[in-house]
Amino acid sequence: MRTIKALAAIAAMIFAAACSNDQQAAAPATTTVTPGSVADFRQNVGDRVFFDTDQSTLREDGRATLNKQAEWLKKYGNYQVTVEGHCDERGTREYNLALGERRANAARQYLIAQGVPASRLKTISYGKERPDPVGSDEAAWARNRRAISALQ
Amino acid sequence: MKTRSDMKLPRRQTILGGVALAAGAAAPARAQLTIDMTKPTFEPVPIAIVDFRGDKVGADIAGVVRNDLQNSGLFRSIAPGTFIQQNIDPNAPPRFPEWRQIGAAGVVVGQVTQAGGNIKVDFRLWDVVVGQQATGLSFTSQPNNWRRLAHIIADAIYKRVTGEEGYFDTRVAYVSETGPLGARVKRIAIMDQDGFNNRYITDGRTIALTPRFSPTLQEIVYMAYGERNEQPRVYLQNVDSGRRELLGNFPGMSFAPRFSPDGTKVVMSISADGNSDIYQMDLRGRALQRLTNSPAIDTSPCYSNDGTQIVFNSDRGGTQQLYVMSASGGGDRRISFGEGRYATPVWSPRGDFIAFTKISAGSFGIGVMRADGSGERMLASGFLVEGPTWAPNGRVLAFFRQQPNSGGRAGSVTLHQIDITGRFERQMPTPTDASDPAWSPLIPQ
Repeated sequence: MRTIKALAAIAAMIFAAACSNDQQAAAPATTTVTPGSVADFRQNVGDRVFFDTDQSTLREDGRATLNKQAEWLKKYGNYQVTVEGHCDERGTREYNLALGERRANAARQYLIAQGVPASRLKTISYGKERPDPVGSDEAAWARNRRAISALQ
Repeated sequence: MKTRSDMKLPRRQTILGGVALAAGAAAPARAQLTIDMTKPTFEPVPIAIVDFRGDKVGADIAGVVRNDLQNSGLFRSIAPGTFIQQNIDPNAPPRFPEWRQIGAAGVVVGQVTQAGGNIKVDFRLWDVVVGQQATGLSFTSQPNNWRRLAHIIADAIYKRVTGEEGYFDTRVAYVSETGPLGARVKRIAIMDQDGFNNRYITDGRTIALTPRFSPTLQEIVYMAYGERNEQPRVYLQNVDSGRRELLGNFPGMSFAPRFSPDGTKVVMSISADGNSDIYQMDLRGRALQRLTNSPAIDTSPCYSNDGTQIVFNSDRGGTQQLYVMSASGGGDRRISFGEGRYATPVWSPRGDFIAFTKISAGSFGIGVMRADGSGERMLASGFLVEGPTWAPNGRVLAFFRQQPNSGGRAGSVTLHQIDITGRFERQMPTPTDASDPAWSPLIPQ
């Protein structure tokens, strides 16, 4: 009897562990975050759009994300937004500051066109000074050519 | 003559110098002790620098001179342990056969004497090949200024042997980088060109980039971010007092500043509605003049050595290329026509060349072209090399190299110098990772 009890206890622990893993994996896709929160914006809307090399023209996927951002921002009018423009590391520092400013401005203008008041939208360029993710391959560079809508 | 202090507190230091010492023989010596650095091939000049006599700082001075000359790539400093003649009289000709025997083309001897609270440093360069004095000078300064005296002596030797002005009595401003890339601390630092007397000019609370010296070295301009998500802007800062001021309060970002050769103006980029153009500010009245007006990115402006023209990069033609315009705006003409993108042009202090960063086929290079765009020549290349800056003699450049990031970790970022032939490159020592070097003019004596 003692042996069986011990085995049952182990089985229960394994089951519990499996459950908690499942919950973790599922969490980002479901709405466990408070609607209207910064976490809601990041997880369910998407806070960033991406650009092609040396370009500041919004892509189709970027416009789709910005459409969702605009809807959300119009619904939750209490946020100010700083649109951060970033670049990959494959350009020179000063030029990338200018390119990041262009990207941030492209996203800002699009949000204004979708009805977000210009007074709520600032821009700042970080050029290639704040890489995320850190890496020196095409996958990392593609993620770094970005404009992020940071909420305040 | 006023010079600037190496100390944190402002303290004027004086160098009385350049007094010629009587030569052993009148005729100028020209043999293996001279070098033409523009020739496609040459051997470094073997030179023996004897510890200066008279004070224990004499050995330190000789060490700095050896290091400067060796690092130029034009000299080979002969190891003192191999010297045959010992206890050499600094005022009498050395025993030339003994120096020829160890292969020296030149011998440097000197002495340090106390002079009423100051030190007086004499040195002579002897041409071993012809058996004559090549040059000899005497300098007086405060004892704590001995490193500068050593650099000035190295400059005099360099000039005598190469025919070019030296560049050792100079400083380098740069961006010190520490911490993980995603939250990198970037602060402005200034050091002597040989890496000594490093000190920090900004506190690192916000990112500071692109330092550039005023012609007197008393001020720097640079770009720094504000405290709370505020636009980066250009600041003017007194190096000794630390006092800094904002150069113009514009709604958009201001960046890429650079002094005019006479120090009366600063040229920079200012962005408005996402577009960057080039402006010039007169530092006396703070009047702002717009120099470009295009929907393209116009940035990285740099004056010509005579101040009449400005070279900059622009993507107005579709890709990033180099253009030259009048320093009052207008007359724009493209000067880069090779494959790839061109950036960060810097006009040589001699006016003959423009150095640049070039991005082509996925790699970066540092190159030079003549001021009209002809004669392009690449000097260095790598995964990422960027930001050339001229030593004041216009024959040596510094730039920075970044290694690829790997496994989420930053690749190293280091300063390098290279001569204009591209033959001799060496890493410049810095206490931390370092980028954006700006080589100063010669320190005023």
